[in-house]
Amino acid sequence: MNNTNKNEWPLWEVFIRSKAGLDHKHAGSLHAADAQMAIENARDVYTRRMEGVSIWVVESKNIHASDPGESESLYDPANDKIYRHPTFYNLPDEVKYM
Amino acid sequence: MTVHSFQEHFDSLIDRELTIEPRDWMPDDYRKTLIRQISQHAHSEIVGMLPEGNWITRAPSLRRKAVLLAKIQDEAGHGLYLYSAAETLGVTRDELYDQLHSGKAKYSSIFNYPTLTWADMGAIGWLVDGAAIMNQVPLCRTSYGPYARAMVRVCKEESFHQRQGFEIMLTLSKGTEVQKKMAQDSFNRWWWPSLMMFGPPDAESPHTEQSVRWRIKRLTNDELRQKFIDVTVEQAKVLGLEMPDKDLVWNEARGHYDSGAINWDEFWNVVKGNGPCNKQRLETRKKAWEEGKWVRDAAMANAEKRKAKKEAAKAA
Repeated sequence: MNNTNKNEWPLWEVFIRSKAGLDHKHAGSLHAADAQMAIENARDVYTRRMEGVSIWVVESKNIHASDPGESESLYDPANDKIYRHPTFYNLPDEVKYM
Repeated sequence: MTVHSFQEHFDSLIDRELTIEPRDWMPDDYRKTLIRQISQHAHSEIVGMLPEGNWITRAPSLRRKAVLLAKIQDEAGHGLYLYSAAETLGVTRDELYDQLHSGKAKYSSIFNYPTLTWADMGAIGWLVDGAAIMNQVPLCRTSYGPYARAMVRVCKEESFHQRQGFEIMLTLSKGTEVQKKMAQDSFNRWWWPSLMMFGPPDAESPHTEQSVRWRIKRLTNDELRQKFIDVTVEQAKVLGLEMPDKDLVWNEARGHYDSGAINWDEFWNVVKGNGPCNKQRLETRKKAWEEGKWVRDAAMANAEKRKAKKEAAKAA
């Protein structure tokens, strides 16, 4: 598999901001000849019902991802640092709004 | 990790109802089963546009035409969501198209039946989309992340498809005698193929057990089919149409309707390519693909030219 076809339009990842003030969020992917076409296609494929106010497209080959096999060494060290959470600290009941 | 521990890790993710993501290790058969199921689903969306496309120019009003166009555009979108979910498993879009065009991959047999009257736009929305939704809702919790996320989007959009179909049926069944007859005739023709959409009976569905274990499938073919029959009987009453099944009876003990025998010979015959429209559908798809080639090539050439120009300007 994965025999890259020279004539196939490149793959793009689509990120959509659903409304002003929110982050762009990954919506899916699509094929397009260039960035401009990717944005136009993303509009048709991913925002037919006003799902977005802004679109980002990134060619999929430019995305670098962490390796799921390394998730232990990446995320475990944070596991035992519960003092980073506010609930770790006991406050007297009289203290309000903290 | 050894292969054994990879498998253990995978099994534990499945058992804990967690999702599998593209870069996670997965058994070869899981990957193959998913590629087959997701691409078959994508092909069905794409081929499913054809029977309805037949009626765009003949829709009875501007409102119906706008609705039908929107529905067909959604189906193109659903096909695209699903193709890109399949691509995360390491197969390319062109390979998927090639499998469809060569006849190696299947799509839902229902689209090999012709759309003879306007009522068929109603029956397809009501029954075919209704059956599809029955199938798809549990898939929103399927174990493969990209597939599940695509299905969430599909399900959100699909419910208007069924409602617009039901509305067409309701309008016809409350219309003139001829219109009501047209609705009943369409119901009669689409009912049995709709039941076949859920696939062969569990006893003859060799992949079901493994797919349920992997949480690719959440309910069996027969379970889904029964649910569909039970809800449709009630909806047909609202329409005032007769169920096209003389043997249909309520079974108090089971709490479900018992239905007549499905003609599985017909089903397998259509799957094998001998349905009324198999040839026509595939030829239409192939023609669209081949005649669109110059557009794809031109767009690619134009993108490359613009890129080269930009780079030349930078170097200068």
